[in-house]
Parts: sequence; structure tokens; C-alpha cells
Amino acid sequence: MLFRPHREESHFFRYLSLIAVALLVLTPMVATVLGGFKTLGELRVDPFGLPERWRLDNYIAILTDPWLWRLLFNSLVIAGATVVLTLIAGAMAAFTFAQIRFFGSRMLLNYILLGLLFPAATAILPLFIKLRDFGLLNSHMGIILPQVAFGLAFSVVLMRGFFRQLPAELWDAARVDGCSYAAFFWKVTIPLSTPILATVGVFVLVQSWNNFLLPLIVMNDDDMYTWPLGIMEFQGEFSTDWHLVLAFITVTMIPALVLFVFAQRYIVAGLTGGAVKA
Amino acid sequence: MVDTADSGTPARPGLLASWHRTWRRANQRSAFGERYTTAIVFLIPTVTLFTLFVILPMGEAALYSVYRWNGYGELSTFVGTRNYAFLLNNGAFRSALINTGLIILVSLAIQLPLALWMALILAERIRGAVLFRAIFFLPYILAEVATGLIWKFVYDGRYGLVAGLYGWFGAEPPFLLADRELAIYAVMIVVVWKYFGFHMMIYIAGLQAISHEVVEAARIDGASWWQTAWRIKVPLLAPVIRLSVFFSVLGALQLFDLVWALTRGGPANATHTVVTYLYNFGITRMSIGFGSAVGVVLFIICVVFAFGYRRSLMRHD
Repeated sequence: MLFRPHREESHFFRYLSLIAVALLVLTPMVATVLGGFKTLGELRVDPFGLPERWRLDNYIAILTDPWLWRLLFNSLVIAGATVVLTLIAGAMAAFTFAQIRFFGSRMLLNYILLGLLFPAATAILPLFIKLRDFGLLNSHMGIILPQVAFGLAFSVVLMRGFFRQLPAELWDAARVDGCSYAAFFWKVTIPLSTPILATVGVFVLVQSWNNFLLPLIVMNDDDMYTWPLGIMEFQGEFSTDWHLVLAFITVTMIPALVLFVFAQRYIVAGLTGGAVKA
Repeated sequence: MVDTADSGTPARPGLLASWHRTWRRANQRSAFGERYTTAIVFLIPTVTLFTLFVILPMGEAALYSVYRWNGYGELSTFVGTRNYAFLLNNGAFRSALINTGLIILVSLAIQLPLALWMALILAERIRGAVLFRAIFFLPYILAEVATGLIWKFVYDGRYGLVAGLYGWFGAEPPFLLADRELAIYAVMIVVVWKYFGFHMMIYIAGLQAISHEVVEAARIDGASWWQTAWRIKVPLLAPVIRLSVFFSVLGALQLFDLVWALTRGGPANATHTVVTYLYNFGITRMSIGFGSAVGVVLFIICVVFAFGYRRSLMRHD
């Protein structure tokens, strides 16, 4: 009598709660995708059900609008540059903190870690003034540089943790062979660190792709908009044409879903790693 | 000769030793030099960007906050603490603080228990676990703006899901987001919907790190699923839970996109959070001084919370 008999009802109850929550999570998203196939009249009658006819008009209208592609292009350029710059600057700094002993290293690291303390929103007004004075308003760089700056603290923490776990013998061996720090960084540390680079990269990519507040203050020409600004403007313009708005939302959901499917591992790793180490 | 005899060391080895010493010192100096050159060169991009776009603006926020300034011309109208005084007596700001507090409360009282409950179920080998995890994590992947608009549709009293739901019962649907009393609760539901999956993932990672022996031992002693979950797993998960509480509060303090997409702080300023208030009254009206004061207050709240929480609750983690 060591084991109690398995209790079926608790298993049933657990599945029941899973399914109930899953329905609550999925319904708004599924209704959004389906709504893109409907007419406004159909939405009025039945926002839940399948469309009477799977009409593609809304989606075609959205997808053939060059502005949509302009938005996605802007977001892509900004996200790509943010990832590359964050990885380069962050990895160099993290390497220095992990590998090189120098006077003031602890102090400088703490200085960078200040970035984890407060959200970007607190300094958004002076940042706006600064970008204006630098002539960076309404330019991609005006979003890229502050995004990199605000992403650095988190990236340095994660990468430094990883670099420190690389075996110290590597450096000793390289040193005997007369290797410099810079060469060691490029030839040994970076090639061994692809998992953490991917994790940080994907995380920064998602944040940049979804960022709203910074583009909102930086961009004022709708050809320079990123897609979150575009979707807000579109909704403002077609506020009652929900069938079009829903199609627009659905189209912009696709990149996030694709990324999720392919990079889920790194997203979750970044999240839990960041959570544990922050 | 006398010298050599007195010192007792032959001339040649002495010379060699001093050469060696000089050589080694030079070598050390160059290693020292290389260390510092590399450190400086490698840190320049990060320190420059960070100082320029994070630290300086924060300092400037403190400076601007004691002026009345529309962002153009000289900083000349010094107003001392008047921006802060106005802020603390402002009804809309107080309601923004209360809303932020309510969102924190809902996060702690509803979102985290829900996340924990789901994690306890899904951290085990149970059929469909991977699928359910992905589904619950999906809202977190969506952009805040897209989430806000999806829910704006859900709440729409004419075309939305709420309208459909009321339609089934033949009732007149409410316009939730236009209702001063109800709108903030509608916002809270979306917050829970969007972020519980994030906390669930952290909990699952934490649960999977718990040693199997402890759980097995409890099972063998006859503990039920409930008892193992409540008496063994949750206490062992405490450090992770404390961490997720920390994230929850900081997340609520900086909530902006979602609320902006849903309500823009309306109706009649009823759903502002601290950041939507900052945006609405600082940027859109170009009140740089006043908006900076809001930023400074938010900064102080975040820092006090972060340090206080780490000191008191996360001391041992």
C-alpha cells in the first residue's frame, strides 16, 4: 500500500482547466484572424463563427498596399541594426568585464547595471530633446541608437555570465602562444558563444520589432513609421471598418508567429536566463 | 676584483639577472598596457551609448523638472518644486497611480496564481504539455500594440466579441472601454491575458530545476498531487516566485503600449497609467518640464521599489 490508487478525477480537472484557459487565450486571436475574412455586416451579426464565404478582399487590399511593406521594411532595418550593434558593443563590453582585470572594472559594471533599474519611459522627454538636437528625429538611427543603449545592460549581464563560464585554460593556452586579448575575443570567445549570442539577439530582435513608445516620439512622417505606429494610424483612420483593421492585425501577427516557431528555444532561454541572472 | 669578491656574486650572472629583470618588467608593462588598451577600446561603444542615451537623459530629466519649458529656446523659467507640487495634487495623476496600483494588485492576486497553477500542471510529463505551453506563451509574443487592438475589437459594443456574447442573450451590449467605471477593469483583463504566459514559463523553468528525489520521496510517502504541489513544489519555488513578483511590479510600472492602444488613457483620463499620463501630459503638450517631473517620480518609485524589494525579500536569493 505504498502508492495510493491513481485518482482519475484530478487528472480530469487539470485538463479541464487547461482547456478552459486555452480557449480564453485563443478565442480573441482566432476571432481576429477569422474577422479578416468577413464583411463588416457579418461581424455585426456573428463575430465568433466561421465566415460564410472565405473572402480574401480585405487581405488582398492590405497586402497590395505599398505602405504596409514600407512599414515592415522600416521595422526590419531598425530591428536588424539594433541586433547587430547590440551584439557587437555588448559582447565587447561583456568580454572585458569577464576576462580582463583592470582598475575600476567593478565600478564600470555597476554603472552599466544602473540600466536595469529604470524603464526607458522615465527619461523619454529629455531623450526626445537630445535626439532633436542631434538631428536624429525622423531617422532610423534615432530609434536604433537609444534602443541599443537601453538594451545593453541586459545584454552585458547575460553575455558576461556566459563568457565567465568558458574554461580559463583556453586563455592560458592562448596566452602562451602569444595571443592578444582582441584576437582571443574574435577567434575563441565569439565562436564558442553562439548560443548566448542567438539568445540575446532574438530577445533584442523581438523587443525592437514590437517597440512602440520610442518610434512614437521619434518618427513623424508616416513613410518612416514602424509597423506598430502604422497599425495604430490605420486603426485610427478606419476605426469602424473592423474587417480591414482585423486583416491588418493578422498580417502583422505573422512575422511574430514565424519567429516564435523557429526561435522559441532562444526566446524562452533569454527569458528564463535573464530572469535568473538579472 | 675587490668589489666582486665582496659582493660574492660573479659579474656576468648579475648582469644577466638585471637584463632578465628589465626584460620581464618591460614585458609586464606591455601586458599591462595591452590590458588597459583593450579594456578601453572594448568599452568605449557601450559606455558612450549608455551614457549618452540612458544616463544623461535621466540626469537632464531631473534638471528639466524644476523648469517650465516647452522644449524650445532657453531653459529660463525656473519654477522650483512647483511641477512636483502640481503633480501630487493632480487628480488625473493620482488616478494614474491608483490604476497602476490596481494593475499590480491584479497581477499579484490573479495573474501569478493562474500562471503558477498552469505551470504546476504543465511542468510534468502530461500529454499535450508542449502545445498548451506554446498556446499560453503566444500572447506574450504578440506586440503590445497588436494585443491592445485585438482587445479593442473584443470589447467593441457593435462588432466585437462582447457584442456577440450579449447578442446571444438578446441583451444590449455595453461599450466597456467607454465606461469610466469599467474601462480600467477591461484593461486589467488584457494585462492578465497577455502576461501570465511569461510568468508561467519562468515557473516551469524553476519547477524543472527542482530535484526529482524530493518529489518522488513525497509521492512514495503517499502525498497526493495537490499535497506535493502545495507543500513541496511551491515552497521550493519561492525564490522564482519572488522574482516574478518583482518583474510583475516593474512591468506594471512601465505599462504603456497596451493601454495606449486600448484607451489612450480615456475615457476622461480614467485609465491612465503613470507612463500614459507622462506621454499624454508631457509629450503631446510639449510640457518638457512637467513631463520630466513625472519621469523623475516614476524613476524614484522604480528605484525605491527595486532596492527595497531586493533588500527585504530577495536577500537570500
